[in-house]
Order: sequence, then C-alpha cells, then structure tokens
Amino acid sequence: MNIEAVREKIGYQPLLLGVFALLASGALAWASSATGDAIAAAEAKDLRDSLSEVLPQGMADNDFLKDTVDLDRGGKTVTIYRARQGGTVMAALFKVAERGYAGDIQVLMAVDADGRTLGVRVLKHSETPGLGDKIEVRKDNWVLGFDGKSLADPGPEKWAVKKDSGVFDQFAGATITPRAVVKAVKGGLEFYAAHRAEILGGKS
Amino acid sequence: MSDNVGSIVKDGLWDQNVVFAQLLAMCPTMAVTTSGTNGLGMGLATTAVLVVSNVLVSLIRHTVSSQVRIPVFVVLIATLVTVVDMAMNAWLHDLYKVLGLFIALIVVNCAILGRAEAFAVKSGVVASAVDGLAMGLGFTGALTAIGLIREFLGSGTLFAQASNLLGPSFAFLEMKLPGYGGALLMILPPGGFAVLGFLLAGKRAMENRRAARATVVASPAPA
Repeated sequence: MNIEAVREKIGYQPLLLGVFALLASGALAWASSATGDAIAAAEAKDLRDSLSEVLPQGMADNDFLKDTVDLDRGGKTVTIYRARQGGTVMAALFKVAERGYAGDIQVLMAVDADGRTLGVRVLKHSETPGLGDKIEVRKDNWVLGFDGKSLADPGPEKWAVKKDSGVFDQFAGATITPRAVVKAVKGGLEFYAAHRAEILGGKS
Repeated sequence: MSDNVGSIVKDGLWDQNVVFAQLLAMCPTMAVTTSGTNGLGMGLATTAVLVVSNVLVSLIRHTVSSQVRIPVFVVLIATLVTVVDMAMNAWLHDLYKVLGLFIALIVVNCAILGRAEAFAVKSGVVASAVDGLAMGLGFTGALTAIGLIREFLGSGTLFAQASNLLGPSFAFLEMKLPGYGGALLMILPPGGFAVLGFLLAGKRAMENRRAARATVVASPAPA
C-alpha cells in the first residue's frame, strides 16, 4: 500500500498527531535538560554582574552571592545580599518591584549601612521602547540620579517626580514609568530601614 | 509559484514581500519597529526560524495528511521556536539579552505558518530553504525600513543602540540629529500604521508606473 492511500485513513491521522506531539515533547525535554545548566550559570553570572554594578568598587571583600539573608516583605520573600569588609556589613543589595506602565519593573538596589542609596539599576521591564526605557542605564543616565539619596535627603514628600513636586525628573511622554521607579526605590529604602537590625546583625 | 530560484528570491524580497505585499505579520511589525535596530533584530531572528521551519515542513510534507497538517505545523513551529529560545539563552546569552524578547514573539508571527502552508508543503527542500531565506530577508528589509523612518521622525536618531545588537564595531551606524525633540506620535502605534500606509502607497505607485511604461513599450509606435 502506498503512502497516499494510508494517509487518508482515519486511524492514520490521530496516530500522526500523537507521534508529532511525542516527538515535540521529546525535543523540548531534551533541549531543556541540555540547556538547563548553561542557562542557570549564565543567569548566576548576570546576577553577579548586575550586583557588582550597583555596588561601588572595593566595597566588599566577601563573596556576597553566598552571604544572604531572606526576609519577608508583604508575603513575598526578598533575598538580601550582604557586602562585608572585614566582617562588618557595608552594604545590602536587594531587588524591589513596582508596577509600571506595562507590567512590573524590577529594580536592583544597593543601600549602605546608614540607609543611603549606593546604586540603582533596572533589571527587567516591559515599558514602551523609546519612551519608558530611558530607565535603563545604557539608554539614559537618569537612574544614576538616585545615587547618594536617602529617606532624609530629600525628605519623604520630595520622593516623587517633578510633576508631583518631587526632585526626580520625568521623561517627555512617560510619567508613569519614572514614577514607578521612584516609588520602588523609596519602598526599598523604607524596607531597609524597617529591617536594618536583622540585615546588619545576622552572621552568615 | 515556481521552483526557479531567481523568481523565488524576487517574490520574497519584493513581489510577495511578507509585509508590503501579503500584509502578514502585522503584530510583530507594529510592535517592534520603533527603531531600525529593533526591526533588524526581529527580522534576522525571524529569518533563521523561517528557514529551519520551511526545511522541516518540506521534509515531512509527504508524511502529513492534509486534514491534520495545520496542528502538526503549529506544534512543529512552536517547538522549534522554544528550542531556539532555550539554546540562545544557554549559549549565546549576550545576544539573547538583546533579542530575547523578539524570539518569543516569533511564535505569533503568522508569516512562518503562512510560508509553510503556501510554499514549503508543496515544494522541495532546497526551494523551501531559499524561499524561507528570501521571505525572511524581505521581512527584515521591510521592518528595518519602517523602523528607521519611525525612529528618525520620532526620536531623531538612526540605528540607535545598534552596537548592542551587532557589536561595538557597528557603532558607526548610529546617528543622531542634534536639536530635534522628535515627534512622539511616530513612536506610538499610529505612527507605525501611518508609515506602513505611505510605504505601501509608494510601492503601489512605483509598480503602476513600471506597468504603464511596459505597456507603452509593448504597443507598436503610431506611424
């Protein structure tokens, strides 16, 4: 029997679909296991790179990727990486997220022991390209404006974009995005202030 | 639809261009063409997937019965895109960070299924590969053109951030028009439709003029 005749049989079609579904799942399972380790390694390297970016050079003499403390923030676990020098915690690094114009904006920030911002970077966002993406440091240096700011400087009511009578710039055509980042960083500082003792105290 | 390589290439690049003639793949076209670099990145990633999917579909075209071909192709393309996505994330991580968003978007690109349906299922493996490449490059060209126009009118730059996509040696492509604030509308979706509309009208006008000239030459000159 030739292939044209078999092809039209009713039993052939579900069988064919089944075989293809099986092949596809097999290919996906194989690809997932083959790439899993490499993806995990690449993501760990990404994390190390971005952590080193918000932390000023020479601030840490420990492997801060391994020196962590997990704290609860509104039902979610926040992992805090601690940079130490000679055993004393010099800075805490953690991620905060806030809803932007399109989805969550993930922000990584470093705070020194006195609660001053050392550095802020946006890790992940889905804001409008060309408008809201100026929060990325490789497109605009806006995000560097947080360096050295704390809850006392500027005061709490000044932690807002200029449109809301704060001190931070907004972008032409995009106010919601910088507003969300400002809110995220302020929330991060408040979170640090509330848990300062736990972050600075615990030995790893 | 012939197996002649020259006409397949011409179809893909111009006559049957995915964006300008078939008006397929409008979703990624409107979504990513806010800059020339984005258009180029999306186009190249799509081209790669299109070539592989065309070859695979052509290989299995005698095995698949026509009644179930669509689900089979959908499973095939979705699997392919997912595998490419994971492989790039693992081994080309820096490129993935730039193109990652586009790779996932390829799944919703109806041009891939469109070419499987319209060409690869009826043609040989080599012709299908050529068709995939030509269609992909035509798509890349269209996206880059729309992206460049929108970027230039919208933010006054050309190929901004091209070095992130192609490497630092391509930084010379990046240009900026000093002292131009940009027309925001062109970056937003309406700008995309407007640019596409003008380009379509331009292509149509060009073809009409060429056709008119061809008839004049073909008809015998009056005595």
